[in-house]
This record gives sequence, C-alpha cells and structure tokens, in this order.
Amino acid sequence: MLNENQVYMDNSAATRLDEKVLDAMRPYFFEQYAVATSEFAYSQGIEAGEALEGARTVLSGKLGGTPEEFIFTSGSTESSNIALKGMAMTAKKGKHLIISKIEDFPVLNSAKAMEKLGYSVTYLDVDGDGFIDLKTLEKVITDETFLVSIQHANQEIGTIQDIGAIGKICKEKGVPFHTDATHTFGRVPIDVKKVPVDLITVSAHTIHGPKGIGGLYIRKGTKLGKWMDGGFQEFDLRAGFENIPGAIGFARAIELITEEETEKLRQMRDHIIDRILSEIPDVTLNGHREKRLPQNANISFHYIEGESITLHLDMHGYAVNTGSACFSRSLEGSHVIFGIGGDHERAHGSIRFTFGRYNTMDEVDGIVDRLGEIADELRSISPLAPDKD
Amino acid sequence: MKSPYTETVLEHFRHPHNVGKIENADGKAQEGSPACGDMVAVYINVDEKTKVIEDVKFESYGCASNIATGSIITDLAKGKTIDEAKKISWKDASDALGGLPKIKAHCSVLAIEGLRSAIENYEERHGLVKDRKPTNIETVRTRLKKVMNPMAGLDLVRTELVEGISVKNGTVKVSISLPPDHQFAPAIKEEIMEKIEPLWDVNEVIVEFTD
Repeated sequence: MLNENQVYMDNSAATRLDEKVLDAMRPYFFEQYAVATSEFAYSQGIEAGEALEGARTVLSGKLGGTPEEFIFTSGSTESSNIALKGMAMTAKKGKHLIISKIEDFPVLNSAKAMEKLGYSVTYLDVDGDGFIDLKTLEKVITDETFLVSIQHANQEIGTIQDIGAIGKICKEKGVPFHTDATHTFGRVPIDVKKVPVDLITVSAHTIHGPKGIGGLYIRKGTKLGKWMDGGFQEFDLRAGFENIPGAIGFARAIELITEEETEKLRQMRDHIIDRILSEIPDVTLNGHREKRLPQNANISFHYIEGESITLHLDMHGYAVNTGSACFSRSLEGSHVIFGIGGDHERAHGSIRFTFGRYNTMDEVDGIVDRLGEIADELRSISPLAPDKD
Repeated sequence: MKSPYTETVLEHFRHPHNVGKIENADGKAQEGSPACGDMVAVYINVDEKTKVIEDVKFESYGCASNIATGSIITDLAKGKTIDEAKKISWKDASDALGGLPKIKAHCSVLAIEGLRSAIENYEERHGLVKDRKPTNIETVRTRLKKVMNPMAGLDLVRTELVEGISVKNGTVKVSISLPPDHQFAPAIKEEIMEKIEPLWDVNEVIVEFTD
C-alpha cells in the first residue's frame, strides 16, 4: 500500500490516475455502458459511439492529425506490434526493417520475432548519449526496407531523438516511419503536419490516465495490414469492442496536461541531476543533459548494485527503477546502458527517476539526501570501491 | 513495505555482520564478477593449531540476497574448524535466513563458494592440500562450473558454452563457444583465468572464443 510517507518516482512505468480522469470515465461504466454501434442501431450505442469519436478527436488533434488517423489499442505494446507487424503484412518492396538498438521491448522484441520469420533487421547503433547517427540511417535504408521504427524518447535514459530529421530521410527514401512516443506524448509535442512521421505509438498509462488503453496514429494513405481479426471496429484495422471508458479517460488525461506542469517536472529533473552530480562522488549521468525527457533522470552509481539501492530506498519509502539484472524479470542488465557503451557495472548500478504530477521538490531533496547515505553505506562494503584512506 | 525477502534477510541487508577486509588474511577468495551483477570477497584468519576460524569478514557487490548471505555465512563460520566450515551449504545459509527466493539462488550461492574458496586458499598457502593431484580435464571442468554465464545466470558447463578443454605440460586451454567480440567475452575470460591459474601445476591459461 502506498501511504502518505511513500514517494513514487517511477512514473514512466505507471502513474497515479488523476481523479478528474476517473470522474470522466465513471458514467461509461454505469450509465453509458453500451458498446459503440453503427449510427443505425439503438440510442445508447449511438451515444457511446459519439463519445468514442469525441475522445478520438481530442487525441488525434493533440498530434495535429484527424480522427480518421487514430485507432485505439490496449496500450503501447499493442500499438507498436500493430505498427511493425501490420506494415510487414502489406509490405510489397521487401522484408527489411530498421530499428535502433535501444528501443523499448515492444519494438525490439517484435523485430526479433520477425527475424525468426525470415525478415532481416538492422539494429542501429547509438552514440554515448543514445542518439542514432542520421548518416548511417540514410545508408542502411535499401529498396527492401519496408519500415523504419525509431523511438521518440528512450524509456530509460530519456534521450529524445531528432524525429524531424529521421522522418525527412525516410520520406525522401519513400520508406514509412514509425515512432514509439509512449514517453513523450503530452510532454514533448509532435505535430504530424510538420514532422513526416507515418505511425505513432501513444499510451495513457504515462500521463495519469488509465492502464490498458493506448493508441496508434496512422497517417492517411499508410497501408497497414489488419493483425487482430474479428469485427469491423477501428476503421476495420483493430477488431474487438472498444474500451470506451478507457478512451474517455485517455482523452481527459491528455487535456489535463499543461505546459506549466511539464516545466515543473523539468525543474525537478534538473534539480535532482545537479544535486547528485555535485554531491555524490563516482556517478555518471546516463543520456543527454538537455535533450532528454522533462520527467526523466537516470544516473549510475559506481561500485554498487541497483537492487540494493532500490531496496534501501524502498525501506525509506521511495519507489524508483533500476537497469540492474537483479531487479528485472529477465535477469539481464539494461540493454540501453550497454547500447550507449556502458559496462556491466554501469548497467547494474543505474537508477531511473521519473517524475509525475504528484511529486514535489521536497521529495526530490529527500531522495537525494537518502541516496548519499545509501551510496556511502553500500560502497563501504563493496569489494569494487577504492579504499577511502 | 512488501518484499520477497524475509525479515531476517532484510535485517542482515540493513546491518550486515562482519563486513570489511582483513589485512594479510590467512586465506581469501573472490567469487562472481560485475558481469553477473554479484560479487563477494571472503577473508579468514585461522588458528594454526586448532584450525578454528577465528575471524572472518566479507565484502559484497550485489543485491540484497548476496549481502544477506555473505553476512550469515560469516556468522555461521566463525568459531568453526575449517573442516566444519567447508560443510556449510547454501541450504544452511538459506535456512538461517528464514528462506531465500529461488530465483536469487545464483546471487546467494556465491557467498558459500567464497567461504569454501577462502578455506581452499588457506589450505593451498599453508601446505595443507594433502594429495597434490596433477591437473586434468576433470579438474578444469570442475572449476569452470564456478564461472557464471551471465546470459543465463548459470555456469559455463551447465549452459554448454565449454567447447573443449586441453591440459598439456602445465598449459590449460579452454575453448568457449561465443564470438570473440561478444559483450560478455572479456568478463568470462577474466573469470576463467582467476579460477584456473591458482592450480598448483598450471603455468599458463589460454582462453579461446570460437563461434
């Protein structure tokens, strides 16, 4: 149970639902619970359909697109699966896919699964901050390439790619471009009228919306195969009755995000980075100092291991994430830290702090104070730490 | 707070016993590596006559189960003879801690191995290794069972990464079926060297990556 004394700083994994979002969703559980029907069915179904289209208009509008260009999904995992596998289904040119090495698991593991089915995948290297090299991208696109999928911002180290430039290259080469914007949606604007991106993965769980609802922007004219078969919902691209309360909540969540709030998160980010880098010795900032998500800080603590750090923090009431193998279900260190050239120790000792609406600057100061003590304590028992005297 | 660890594990994690180094220890050993995310060093001082472990200390780079196991084995080993201490098993440590999560077995077994290796090191340095058997392929294979394959969390032998072993005139050659540029190759090589080099009749260790 999260009580008053507990501080949640893992907002890229999940966020607390805003009560205003719940208020908007509530009627769609108890009163307007009908499924969206065609406009020639009964009133409740027509009303549900109108509500769903209202949410679609809000969300597509946030990206600068039209409602016909946005489908609802069960979350970003499904959205990215639809983008990669759906584009593969209709690909006429060839079976070559390009992604970056540090993509999140929906894209990375979709690509690996497709490799087993006979597709070839280019995994683009990234530099020490996590950026792909645009010239390399230009070179590896071939006549066989059916899709380029490069994330907008990284889930762990927060690095924001130049999707404008990536989209431009893809457009010139005539290759569709997908971007996973799970962590930027609402915080870092994308305007599809200006950025030539064809498919965008978004989700509600990172913006104080409900879990289990996401979306995929699909630029008009993009030929996407239908991957989930069943009914004719979502422009006949994604079968299954729509999650209407979820869609309503998603739209309300995006409406509630303000620039002032994002600026507040950016200040917390800068404050935690500045304090840790200046007060705690032997640490490394992972990702670019400025071109990073406003809500993300990621720092490696040398000579000590992430699960021990997170457990100590948990005992003090702070919830954060780590790239350590011990923390994860896979027992593998962070592929992102390895991707930016980090070694095992840097991966296992990396801690990710992600801020949200309910965090305060006092909490940021509190966690830094604890971290200093915890790092001292764990280093005092580590065989890797240099002797102090 | 909710945790997969018992209260005893958390207590040892919060306040580990017998932490630190012993300068000029009678026996010492290090197990694991940053590559597998866990590492433990064990130091012992042994009474020459009674063979009782008079002092034991440990250092840990690792998760809670690694730290807690290191702490508990120092408690268990202190005051025991080296022959008694060699028999301390993972189960003894786990029982004394009120149980450890199964998935953490590979992090916590390192402390047990660290203690045994420190005793072995003491015996080797004090001429107590009774029969100095010549190193053969089996000896090498047994030691390779202590080298972790970080991809699996299990040792190299069990995960079938050891392609070949040869022993000739004090030179041990080990072939590992991984590409030389594999991300774990340097860490695995370093650990193999550490395990094989101390063998009394080994002069040279060659690690090859073949894939």
